[in-house]
Amino acid sequence: MPFATHLVCRECGKKYPLASLTACEECFGPLELDYDYAAIQKSLSREMLQSRPPNMWRYREFLPLSEPPKVGFDVGFTPLIHARRLGDTLGLKNLYIKNDAVNHPTLSFKDRVVAVSISKAIEFGFRVVGCASTGNLANAVAAQAASAGLESYILIPEDLETVKIMATAVYRPRLIKVRGNYDTVNRLCSEIADEKGWAFVNVNLRPYYAEGSKTMGHEILEQLNWQVPDNVVLPMAGGSLLNKINKAFNEFEKVGWIQKNTAKFFGAQASGCSPISTAFKENYPDIQPVKPKTIAKSLAIGNPADGYYAVETIRRSGGRADDVSDEEIVEGIQLLAETEGIFTETAGGVTIGVLKKLVEEKHIHPDEVTVAAITGQGLKTVEVLSETTYSIPIINADYDDFEKVLK
Amino acid sequence: MAVSVKLPRPFRRMTQGQTEVLLNGSSVRELLDDLESKHPGIQEKIFDDRNQLRRFINVYVNNEDIRFLNGLDTPISENDKVTVISAIAGG
Ligand SMILES: [Zn+2]
Repeated sequence: MPFATHLVCRECGKKYPLASLTACEECFGPLELDYDYAAIQKSLSREMLQSRPPNMWRYREFLPLSEPPKVGFDVGFTPLIHARRLGDTLGLKNLYIKNDAVNHPTLSFKDRVVAVSISKAIEFGFRVVGCASTGNLANAVAAQAASAGLESYILIPEDLETVKIMATAVYRPRLIKVRGNYDTVNRLCSEIADEKGWAFVNVNLRPYYAEGSKTMGHEILEQLNWQVPDNVVLPMAGGSLLNKINKAFNEFEKVGWIQKNTAKFFGAQASGCSPISTAFKENYPDIQPVKPKTIAKSLAIGNPADGYYAVETIRRSGGRADDVSDEEIVEGIQLLAETEGIFTETAGGVTIGVLKKLVEEKHIHPDEVTVAAITGQGLKTVEVLSETTYSIPIINADYDDFEKVLK
Repeated sequence: MAVSVKLPRPFRRMTQGQTEVLLNGSSVRELLDDLESKHPGIQEKIFDDRNQLRRFINVYVNNEDIRFLNGLDTPISENDKVTVISAIAGG
């Protein structure tokens, strides 16, 4: 029984039936899914929810599918870790890490959005799916399309990390490198989606795709035992994740499972591509696009479609946006690994780097409950680390040599 | 001088199904003025009430966002490729 009722334009409020649409046809504003929350409240309780299997579909009433999911059956319900050692280092008593670096099947939070959008594409009758991607989305679309036997077309900027390319190519999609940055690839995909009538998950299935991110927020609240965190720190590429975690918190408020969404939202970017954090800090009325230049390629979106609303969400919540340098990103990766045993990709380094800055500048306080989201896996961006940093000795298989190295 | 301008799908109902239209003008603004004269009512969808491009409309000249060029005053010459599209989510 679906509870999603219609699509509604965030800009002008025009309503649409649940169809494959990129944006509002009147004003091009982004389309949001609306639900019958009163009906959800009547048919579902926290107790019923907790008896369901540990994956993102336990929140299916808050997702826009009309039929059971078609792909990604085990996605989600990733660990929420009480990060005591990182917390000690930073001076936080109640720090939690939401670890989507171990999401299933492709080790990033994109598995969530793809599980929803490909399932929806199949409901709509599409036989071909595709995406423009900075890497993680490519991995997720290629894998989940393969599992459903769908043809997939995946367009990526030519300079992506090798692992992200190979971890897409292995599923045998039609993988195409495009000369230029992500924004260029996106523009091309928009034209292709118009011409070919394929389901591009981040273009003509965008409203459904984006809803998948909410489950990360649902999980955070359930895993905190229905306590609303004081602060949530999230990486920002296009800005959609931050808006959707906020929406997830609002939803649980609407159905009465939490008291009030009082969380402050903090957005993290790389200084080499920080159109959203710059708009926040400089008080711009709109987002000014930039040409990305950062090692955090999964966040390298110079023209972030949901950036305007991310700034609005951050402001309304009393949070902040900030950015860190490439050096600080690598330090962030290193710090999380050393203290918590979690290896994250560059986007996670951005989140940890900005978290550190926010604590140092006293925007986040020691006793508050803070959740930082790790959205991707370190193995995918190993090239930002250098073996020389670790001065790794080589010895003969000789016990005396081993003793020498210990000195 | 006529330049080919590619329009997003929702505009097709206002351009008798055409996705690409031939327009005259020496700047982006002049092209969009000509679009309005050929297909009255369409500018309302492109411009907001301050007469600026709507927040979620992007215009490209030869694959470059006009916000990196001269905005609506970006000059247009023969053989330039102009594309109007809506903003797209990230990945
Ligand atoms: Zn609208």
